[in-house]
This record gives sequence, structure tokens and C-alpha cells, in this order.
Amino acid sequence: MTTPPFVKLDGVAKRWNGQLGVEGITLDIPAGSFTALLGPSGCGKSTTLRLLAGLEEPDEGRIVIDGKDVTTAAASERNLSMVFQSYALFPHLSVAENVVFGLKVRRVPKAERQEKLARALEITGLLGLENRKPGELSGGQRQRVALARAIIAGQKLCLMDEPLSNLDAKLRNAVRKDIKKLQRDLGITVIYVTHDQTEAMSMADTVVLMRDGHIQQVGAPDDLYSKPANTFVAEFVGAPPMALLQSSVLDGFGDDRTIGIRAEDIRIVPKGEGRLRCTVNESEFLGAETLIGLTHEGASGLCVLKPGLSLVPEGTEIDITFDDENLHVFDAAGQRLAG
Amino acid sequence: MSANAKLKRRRQAIYGWLMLSPAAVLLTLFAFYPSVATLWSSLFSRGTRRNPSEFVGFENYSYLFEDPTFWTVVKNNLLYAGVTIPVSIFIALAMALWANGKIRARSFVRTAYFTPTVLPMIAAANLWLFFYTPGLGVFDQIGSLFGLPSVNWLGQPETALWAIIIVTIWKESGFFMIFYLAALQTIPEDLKEAADIEGASRWTYTRRIVLPLLMPTTLFIAVNAMINSVKLIDHLFILTKGGPSDASKLILYYIWELAFAFFDSPSAAALTILVIAVLGIVAAIQFLYLDRRTHYQ
Repeated sequence: MTTPPFVKLDGVAKRWNGQLGVEGITLDIPAGSFTALLGPSGCGKSTTLRLLAGLEEPDEGRIVIDGKDVTTAAASERNLSMVFQSYALFPHLSVAENVVFGLKVRRVPKAERQEKLARALEITGLLGLENRKPGELSGGQRQRVALARAIIAGQKLCLMDEPLSNLDAKLRNAVRKDIKKLQRDLGITVIYVTHDQTEAMSMADTVVLMRDGHIQQVGAPDDLYSKPANTFVAEFVGAPPMALLQSSVLDGFGDDRTIGIRAEDIRIVPKGEGRLRCTVNESEFLGAETLIGLTHEGASGLCVLKPGLSLVPEGTEIDITFDDENLHVFDAAGQRLAG
Repeated sequence: MSANAKLKRRRQAIYGWLMLSPAAVLLTLFAFYPSVATLWSSLFSRGTRRNPSEFVGFENYSYLFEDPTFWTVVKNNLLYAGVTIPVSIFIALAMALWANGKIRARSFVRTAYFTPTVLPMIAAANLWLFFYTPGLGVFDQIGSLFGLPSVNWLGQPETALWAIIIVTIWKESGFFMIFYLAALQTIPEDLKEAADIEGASRWTYTRRIVLPLLMPTTLFIAVNAMINSVKLIDHLFILTKGGPSDASKLILYYIWELAFAFFDSPSAAALTILVIAVLGIVAAIQFLYLDRRTHYQ
């Protein structure tokens, strides 16, 4: 990489009363990329975003945005916009006033303000709703007002803090596509916090998976899925998540390792021909396929997919097999071993 | 079918009236009836043993308008209201904004501000009597440190009303602050963060976001302060008794004097009716005008 990263976090740490917030966050984000910060709640992804936004100050480390060290700069000096989980719309202002709030504060002339407002509303499909108050809008419309407010000033960096978590599932899918398209059309850099791996995997160029204040893995969605760096990533990414086996139940892998295997790499074979014998504990019909959950004393999260509707009664014993090349091997500490 | 619906509606109506009746009975007994009775008695002359009371129409009112004390009292009360309402609202807002911030000893500050409200007005007045007393009082003691002459704050017409005004502001701001504090706490933290990111200064945020969102509270407080500017006269009894030479006399105190010191209840009734009418009109204007410019969440 020759171009310097647009956003750079270098050993950033933030602690609250000695308690862990985030620790040792080092991250390079190229211009025009879509980066998702993913992790379970309390993993520090929102803290990282707030540190970037300037809503919190780091205890250690450096933050550089667009070549400028902004570690201690105020939020307003960082030339970025943000979409809040709650949208943070001003309830007494109309849609138009909400959207142009920042421009007005920055003394942009009225004509230019009107022009940008019209464009932002058009992009977000809010034309005709200018004079409504946020309280008179649906959840999806409010979300789009928040988006319009974030893009109107033309800031190159946009931070999003779980912007879809207050929408229903169907709307979420639609807005997901809208946001992705918006990001590409405007060529802005988006840093997106979510706890929903589907969102992260489907939207982001780069996914940053975090846990307990530390980055676990940074990579393309495909990397996280097919080459998880450790057992946490393996179990977090993918639906269903990767099954983990103790290496002792298989031949030739030693005793202190953990073997990961994805559901799609497992085949059901006739009795006596499999590498493992398991008991069915649940069958879940998903539409195109049926997810069959399996129990085995040396494994967790083991399951297999069968096409169409093919429920298997609970308690049935079945044999499964898989190929060595599809196995992921982790050492005793849970770190991925080469390969 | 329609008979059934009729029965149902009637039952609803009875139910509604039953719910209303306790409030209706109490209000009628203690508010509506006294008001109407006052209005009625304001239209009759003062009865003595030789001249029984008789219907005189608006004569009591015209006597009032000819009474120079009436005009002094009205002028006093207008000044009193005109100063105490805006100043106590402004101080309450400033204190609330400060006590809502991230400061040390926040609950101590809040409690300290609220203390005057907890004190009964009579007790507060006695406290201030001690502050104002010439020679002995706190103000004079402090003044004498700087070589200032002793001032009889309550005893001279130029300062008496202002001394009363200060006590009222001191008493009321803490009370109003509590309402502002409560309202401030309903403003979500992320509005401030969003405004920060958009580049709004602290002042812009306060002016464009906080103050408009506090408007319902301000309206409520303004109406209350207005009513209090007529209602709150306890301290007059302790501090000045309306003197010297009516300089600090307020309307309600004058009504009390007319009714119970001069035993001129028809005049007192007439003045009461005037006060009710003016208060009603002002409250209606406040609500109609400000309501339209207020955002309710």
C-alpha cells in the first residue's frame, strides 16, 4: 500500500476508572472504504467510534484523520459526520431544519444551504417531508433524516453507530442496501458499528471484529469467514457458526488442539462410514434447507445442513464425515495454526 | 339494537359524570361559588346599621378607580411582577444549566439552591428582616466594612419595594430551578453530541436546542410566577406591612387591608374581581400566544 491510510488509529486505549474500555487499538482505514466494527455488546466497538468522533478522549495512543493528528481535537474540528443509534434528531425542528443544522451553524450562505438541502433530501428520498417534525415520521423516515444530516455537508468521513438497530427486519435489509449504495455513490469513507454480523459481512469491505476491548481480527468478510484467526472469530462469524471439536476425538491431530468445521463442509454418511457418530438434538427448517443440530461429547455447535425439508427425529444417531482440507486447526490458546 | 346502543351511551354518560362529580363538587364549593358570590357582593354597597346594603351596580368599582391608593398599589404590583418574573426565571434557568452540568458537589449545589423554597415564607421573611435591619443587619455590617453609611432598606419609600422584590426572587428562583432541572434531564445526551459534531458551540446548542426544548417548562413557570406575583404577600406582613406610605403595598395586601382592617368588604370584593379578570386575561394570552411557539414532546 502506497497511499497513506485516511484514518489511522495507533495504539489507542481508553479506560474508565481502571476498567477496560478499549486497549491497543491499531487500525488503518483507507479512503473510500466501508469498515465495519463488529462484536458482541460491551466489546468496545462503540467506544472506538466515539473516540474517532471526538466524543471521548483516548488515554493513550494517536488518532489521525486525513493526515491530521486529531487525538485531542474537538468533535467539530474533525470534519466528520455521524449517524446515531437513536438518530439524535432535534425534536422541535422540522426535517429541513434538522438537516441543515450543521450548515447553518457553520454559516453557509442560504442559497447554498437550500441547494444542498434539496440534494440531500432527494438522495435520501425525503422530498415532500421538509416541514414535518421528527415526531411525525416513521422509524425508517427518521433514520433517513439522520442520514441526510450526515451527508449534507459533504464530509469525507461518516461514522455510523448501529444505525439500523431500531428498524424492523424487512426495512433493515432495504436500508442496508441504500447505505451501501450511498457510500459508493458519494465515495465517502464509512466506519460502521454493528453487533449484527450479517450487516457487517454484507456491507463492509473490511470487518474489524472486537472482543473485550481488543481487536480479534481485521480482514475482508471472506477472510473472517474462511480463515478465522482464533476460536472466538470462528464461533462469532457465520450462521450457523463454526463447530469446534476437541482434537482428541479425531485421529492425527494431537490432544490439545481445537478443530473448527463449518456446517456446509459436513456430510451425512451411512452408518459405519463416518468419522464421528452424533445424536440429533434438533431440526430447524429454514426454507431452502434444514439445519440439523448434533451433539457429540467432544464437540460444540456441531450441525449439518440438508437441502429442502428433511426433519430428522430427535435422538436419532447419524454418522458424519468431512475432509481434512476443510478443517481449521487452532492451538491450545485458540489461535489459528497456519493453513 | 339502537336501544341497546342508547343504553350503552347513557351508561357511559353516567359513568363520566360520576368520575367528574368529586372535582366538580369541590371546585363549586370552594372556587366557583366564592367567585360568583364575590362578584355579586361587589355590586352592593357597604351595609351599616342605619343604611342596609343595597344594589349599587359598578359604584364600588368607580370608587376604587378614584382611590389614589389603588393606583399606587397597582403601580407597585406591576413593577413587582415586571421585575420578579423575568429575573427569577432567568436566575432559575442559569442555576439549572449550571447545576445540570458536570460539576463537583452537584447535589450539594442543587440542595443549596433549593433550600429557600423549603423555608416557609414567614421564616424567610424573618431571616431577611435580620439581613435588612439598619445597624445590626448583615447588609449594614458588610457595608460598614467598606465605610458605607447605614441604610434603612425597609424603612424608606425608595428602597422598600426593591427589598421586597429581592426576597421574592431569592425565594422563587430555587423553586423554578427544580422544574428546569427536571426538564433538562429529559433532553437526551446524544442531542448535545450530535450538535457537537455538527460544529455547534455551547452557546448555539443552548440557544437553538436547549431553550426551545425548555419552552413548555418556561411557559408553566411564567404562568406560576405571574400568579405568585399577585398571590405571594406573606413577607409583607413581616417586613413592611405595605409601608412606608404604601411604597411596598401590593394588591392582595391591599385587599386584605380593605376587608379585614377597614372592614370595607364591597371594595375588597370589587378589587378581587378585577384581579381575577386581569389574571385570567393574561394567562389566556400567555397560553394562546406562547403555546403556538412551543414544542411539546
